[in-house]
Amino acid sequence: MNIQEIISDTVKLKAGQRILLSGTIYTARDAAHERIVKMLDECGKVPFELKNSAIYYCGPTPAKPGEIIGACGPTTSARMDVFTPKMLDEGVKILIGKGVRSKNVCDSIKKNKAVYMAATGGVAALLSKTVKSCELIAFGDLGPEAIYKLEIENMPLIVAIDSEGNDIFKKIEDEKVRG
Amino acid sequence: MKRIIKSEIISNAVEKLCADANYVLPSDVLKSLKENSEKETGSSKEIFDEIVKNAEIAETEKIPLCQDTGTANFFVKFGKDVVIDGSNIYDAVNKGVSESYKNNYLRKSIVSDPIERKNTDDNTPANIYIDVVDGNNIEITFLPKGGGSENASSLKMLEPSAGWSGIKSFVLDAVKEKGANACPPLIIGVGIGGDFASVGYMAKEALLREIGSQNSNPYYSDKEKELLAEINKLNIGAMGLGGSTTALAVFINVKPCHIASLPVAVNIQCHSCRRKTIKI
Repeated sequence: MNIQEIISDTVKLKAGQRILLSGTIYTARDAAHERIVKMLDECGKVPFELKNSAIYYCGPTPAKPGEIIGACGPTTSARMDVFTPKMLDEGVKILIGKGVRSKNVCDSIKKNKAVYMAATGGVAALLSKTVKSCELIAFGDLGPEAIYKLEIENMPLIVAIDSEGNDIFKKIEDEKVRG
Repeated sequence: MKRIIKSEIISNAVEKLCADANYVLPSDVLKSLKENSEKETGSSKEIFDEIVKNAEIAETEKIPLCQDTGTANFFVKFGKDVVIDGSNIYDAVNKGVSESYKNNYLRKSIVSDPIERKNTDDNTPANIYIDVVDGNNIEITFLPKGGGSENASSLKMLEPSAGWSGIKSFVLDAVKEKGANACPPLIIGVGIGGDFASVGYMAKEALLREIGSQNSNPYYSDKEKELLAEINKLNIGAMGLGGSTTALAVFINVKPCHIASLPVAVNIQCHSCRRKTIKI
């Protein structure tokens, strides 16, 4: 499934659906989020176009000589929760990470018609095979926390929160309560 | 008999150790993942399959199992008859870490100051825990520990009246609250007793035990089974997406403590439980 199809709303994703995602994504984790939000507050300019973009919470290992990228699995999304509503209001459409999001983020995803996808954590060698190109875009001084533009092909993901605000983690939690 | 070991020998051994541990999942962990995978269905089964496939790719192609190649933790059994020629043991280990993380393209995940947060660019300093033992060998166990699972860990000073039921509630609450974000299926290290400083160490050291090993104390061996069964009823499952395998193992470490205290710590380990031991 191509990112453009999701952004242009030609395909409707449902929470719980497993997909293979292809297209352009940007890595950004803790320190990059902090800088982006600061830049937005100060001058409104950021290193890449946020509108209709896809962000991957990932800090890869360095690429070995001759390789495109190193190991590149997702990091815990919840640490980005404090920054995410602002990013979504700026037009980010796809979030990729791992684990549970806050209610605030879930509401913001619904409001902005965005989508949150979860990758499997700790399978970073496997996921590195889905990356076809990798380019440093900004914040090189942050090392693993720099922003990289990645072209991915068939990255295995699960839709965790869809554009209607349906949350797969919340559904599992509710099932537990009901027993 | 006294034995002199050059510090370069230690640094070189540590350099190799860091790389090996980040590429190869220990056989007991892989075996447990494969066994538990049989019980799972749907999304959970697919996640287990990805984890097993990842281990194969990582080992064959020497790609780190996880991009978080961790805080470098070392548990050293230092023979009392060893004399190091050159730098001290701490500098020797840190030199090995620095070289390995640079030369083997492992991720540097340490910042020099918790507030300023500037990367040290070589993954040092390592956490080095040293036990002095009899003999003239040095045994070094490396446990690279990811930040996500470490963040899900917790510690509490209970009152003695809380007893086992208080400990059990605390462990289950810790897993319930943050387990889904710690890359389950998990391995749970529990420290009970000691004091504020030592109980966290005990919980971490418990993670070095092999999956399938029994606690030498029958009482705590039963308690490990009891906790594992309860945790696996939580339906957190692989990556928090539900299922009957939230944890692969629970390991308890205990120590004497003060008459007023009942310290308890839970150190959570993700499924990418990387550890390796070498002897010099």
